[in-house]
Amino acid sequence: MSLIPGALVAMIPWTSPSVSYYAIAPELVLSAGIVAVLLADLFLPDRLKWVMSSIAGFTLLGAMLPLVIVGLNNQDSWSMFDGRYVVDNFSLVVKGLFLLSGYVVVLLSSAHVEEGDYWRGEFWFLLLTSILGMVMISSARDLVSVFVAYEFLSLPAYMLAAWRKRDLKSNEAGVKYFLLGVFASAVMLYGMSLLYGAANSTLLVDLGRSVTVNGGFSSLHALGIVFVVVGFGFKISAVPFHTWAPDTYEGAPTPVTAFLSVGSKAAGFVALVTMLYVAFPQAGDVWQPFIWVLSALTMTVGNVIALRQTNIVRMIAYSSISQGGFVLMPLAIAAYSGSLDSALRAVIVYMIVYAATNLGLFAVIIAVSHKTRSGEITSWGGLFSYAPALGVLATIFLASLAGIPPLGGWIAKFAAFQSLISAGSGWGYSLAVIGAVNSVIAFGYYGNIMREIWMRPVPDGDVTPIRTHGSLSLALGITTVATLAFGIIPGVALHFGDIARITGAFGG
Amino acid sequence: MEMLRDENWVLSVGTFLPILGVLVLLIVPKSDEKLVKLVALATSIATVGVGVYTLFQFNYQRAGQMQFVAQTNWISVIKSTYYIGIDGISLPLYFLSMVVTLAVVIYSWNHIPAPGNPKAFFILMLVLQTGMAGTFIAQDLILFFVFFELVLLPMYFMIGVWGGPNRQYASMKFFLYTMFGSALMLVAFLAIFFKTGAESFSIPYLVEHGGAIAKNVQVWIFAGMFIGFAVKVPMFPFHTWLPDAHTEAPTQGSVILAAILLKLGTYGFVRIAIPILPVAAKQWAPYIGALAVIGIIYGALGCLAQTDMKRLIAFSSVAHMGFVMLGISTLTSFGVNAAVYGMVAHGLITGMLFFIAGSVKERYHTLEISRLGGLLTQMPHLGWILGFASMASLGLPGLAGFWGEFPAILSAYNPAAGLNENVFRVYMVVAAIGTVFAAAYLLWLFQRVAFGEAKGEFANHPYEDVTTVEWIAWTPMLVAILVFGVLPNLLFKVIDPAVREVLLAFGG
Repeated sequence: MSLIPGALVAMIPWTSPSVSYYAIAPELVLSAGIVAVLLADLFLPDRLKWVMSSIAGFTLLGAMLPLVIVGLNNQDSWSMFDGRYVVDNFSLVVKGLFLLSGYVVVLLSSAHVEEGDYWRGEFWFLLLTSILGMVMISSARDLVSVFVAYEFLSLPAYMLAAWRKRDLKSNEAGVKYFLLGVFASAVMLYGMSLLYGAANSTLLVDLGRSVTVNGGFSSLHALGIVFVVVGFGFKISAVPFHTWAPDTYEGAPTPVTAFLSVGSKAAGFVALVTMLYVAFPQAGDVWQPFIWVLSALTMTVGNVIALRQTNIVRMIAYSSISQGGFVLMPLAIAAYSGSLDSALRAVIVYMIVYAATNLGLFAVIIAVSHKTRSGEITSWGGLFSYAPALGVLATIFLASLAGIPPLGGWIAKFAAFQSLISAGSGWGYSLAVIGAVNSVIAFGYYGNIMREIWMRPVPDGDVTPIRTHGSLSLALGITTVATLAFGIIPGVALHFGDIARITGAFGG
Repeated sequence: MEMLRDENWVLSVGTFLPILGVLVLLIVPKSDEKLVKLVALATSIATVGVGVYTLFQFNYQRAGQMQFVAQTNWISVIKSTYYIGIDGISLPLYFLSMVVTLAVVIYSWNHIPAPGNPKAFFILMLVLQTGMAGTFIAQDLILFFVFFELVLLPMYFMIGVWGGPNRQYASMKFFLYTMFGSALMLVAFLAIFFKTGAESFSIPYLVEHGGAIAKNVQVWIFAGMFIGFAVKVPMFPFHTWLPDAHTEAPTQGSVILAAILLKLGTYGFVRIAIPILPVAAKQWAPYIGALAVIGIIYGALGCLAQTDMKRLIAFSSVAHMGFVMLGISTLTSFGVNAAVYGMVAHGLITGMLFFIAGSVKERYHTLEISRLGGLLTQMPHLGWILGFASMASLGLPGLAGFWGEFPAILSAYNPAAGLNENVFRVYMVVAAIGTVFAAAYLLWLFQRVAFGEAKGEFANHPYEDVTTVEWIAWTPMLVAILVFGVLPNLLFKVIDPAVREVLLAFGG
């Protein structure tokens, strides 16, 4: 205290910010888990270090518990730190998504981390930290807290991508991801500073008001919005900001790739949605056409390049780029009156279904590549003949990604199309048709893998059955049930999409 | 429209019983092929049993109304319900799908195509059955879409795994074509939904309110649905997937494809596109008619150019579905009656022809027409059955094919009010010429395959004539072809009231 001049202390009357420990209990549980992992790494003997994966898993499940309790509470939202950190239904739903997909990633990683010559303690520590960042970004409602949370989730992810220390490809993955990510952060930060200049406040709600009240919309706003969207465009690997994704996905350890393609991508969308809905709802004229173009480009370019891939992880990387285009679709008309709710619902539903399906697919990839020791798509030849269960599961996940009923993916695509068309504008119709054509192109490469699995001979004649590790089987079970349930009882996914209201969105 | 809601469990049981069979099959060990076949057989017999019960309980005095109607919540968020019912148009097709599946299962008793694995084969077939039956009873657009898509993957695998040498190409082509159509169809469905006030996806509701959509909008929406259904039919110029798919598919796949899958498209026109969008239907009718007669002539010429028996039968489907579409395009109850009759007749006859082709291939290991000959002397029963089916296919009076073809041509003489009579009379003449071609290629086929003496290596080789299993599988279809040829009113009196109901917007 003595370091701060007395005069300054007198100028700013200090009142402690309002904090609801009840509402941020999930964050607290996560933090405790992170500390526990760190301590376990320090003090546990080597032979007991496998416990850490259990600690990580239970931390994530443990954080779900308060989350569910808070979710069942009738109170709509908790606003903390003068509205800079808000726990509302939107944030609760996406936090649940982050925690559960984080849990599946832990299941995917445990065998991988134990086998490889990895720094186990740090791996779990960084993974949990990144998930904490995601959980925080769901509640961040202030330029500064959005940015801090964004960096909080990104930095551990850079390190995780480069985890295979002696593998050049993994190093390349980490470095590319880091350099482009930092560049994106800089662009975004610049945009944020412009917005601060325009609104004289970092609070997102104030930004929204400044568009309509303080002399209205200025070119400063427009520039700021564009820069911020570009910044998030890197995170969600929207074309043309996608160039890092294929190399990073291919080079990173496969469970980390699963994490990046689901968790970190979803975090980008969550932040983008928060910005668009809370800060710029009135500036739809600026961002809608921009998102329209991003979405159309992302879908199409991702798809077309995916068609030419021979490495399965690279192909999934491009597929995930193009899936990102589908998530963006409804945002291109979100500011039309009557479409705001359905667009938000579509984004949430898409992220939920996509997370279940894509993680499932990665679980199969990990299981198969464990046997084939190859990333080539042709190494999947004849999978059905010697590992029928994995073959069928892979087919389920691929068909779901392609959006074929009655598997989960169809309801995600359906919700996106429904929202687009509900706007009743040419922008919506045209993007829907582009999306429809793209969903057909996508089957070209998803079907290609199915063809390998079902119709091609086993390339090396090695037909020893594949044994899946216990935790991998659990991950497969969870994701399969979710993928099927979302498709047959779509109400489940749509329900979460429906309750996920953002407090303060559209001035509401 | 009044509806009968008695015994509303019947349709659900009939549709989902095969899924129960699938679940049982999943736990049957793969190696116990006999048990696998028994379970599949028992399931399809039970399904037909439920179908027969439906036939008996159906109220024929009120065939124009939806019966056994059931409606419960399904995806309430998007206002889609599980809404099913059956009327005089659906009933024959619904039952046909069950009978054909049973025939195919019986036929598969000792005809499992390479590379074997009856368990997977029957599972796919039963899933296919649920999709087909469900499409014919769905009274909700989203439900219809899900069932419509449900048939895609099983057929993809059936062609791709158990098909001929070029199966991978054929299966992918089949899939991409159909998926392209259905993606645009889904967009069209959504557009209807929003243009009628976003109230409901129920078909009866949309029939009531769809007519009020502005004309130019209707025309665009119809275009989307047209592509979806026309690919499935298939109409010229969307037909190119069909010869490949048929030629490469295993016998069972070809039979199901010809007998039922193609009808999903024409059924969609009759049940959805035309009644919901009557104004657009009138605009489109002349073009549909034109494509239909082009298909008739093109298909026939295609047949004349074929050297492969199976490919010839496939091309004949293009021509025959042309007659069906011509009947539909007149928008008269006479024409649509003929069309629905034609769907059933074509299902039975072409299904039968593909069965024969399969058996010929099994014995001679070739379908090259120039190498075949003398079927009547070598295997008189098989030869006569081929003769019978060919005669039925070319529209010989007294057999089922006649009642689909002749009235369809006749109906073009007098199209619905508002359509250009001269244009349709030209179509009539062209279609009539098409029947001459049909006689030509079918008689030519029969002559070359059945007459004369067996050639080359096939001479002096004892071949087993029609086996017991084949007799059991084929007899019901052969009898049906004859019965429906002699007593057309059996079917017309069921179809007619429903067709009048569908065409209410055109003054009956």
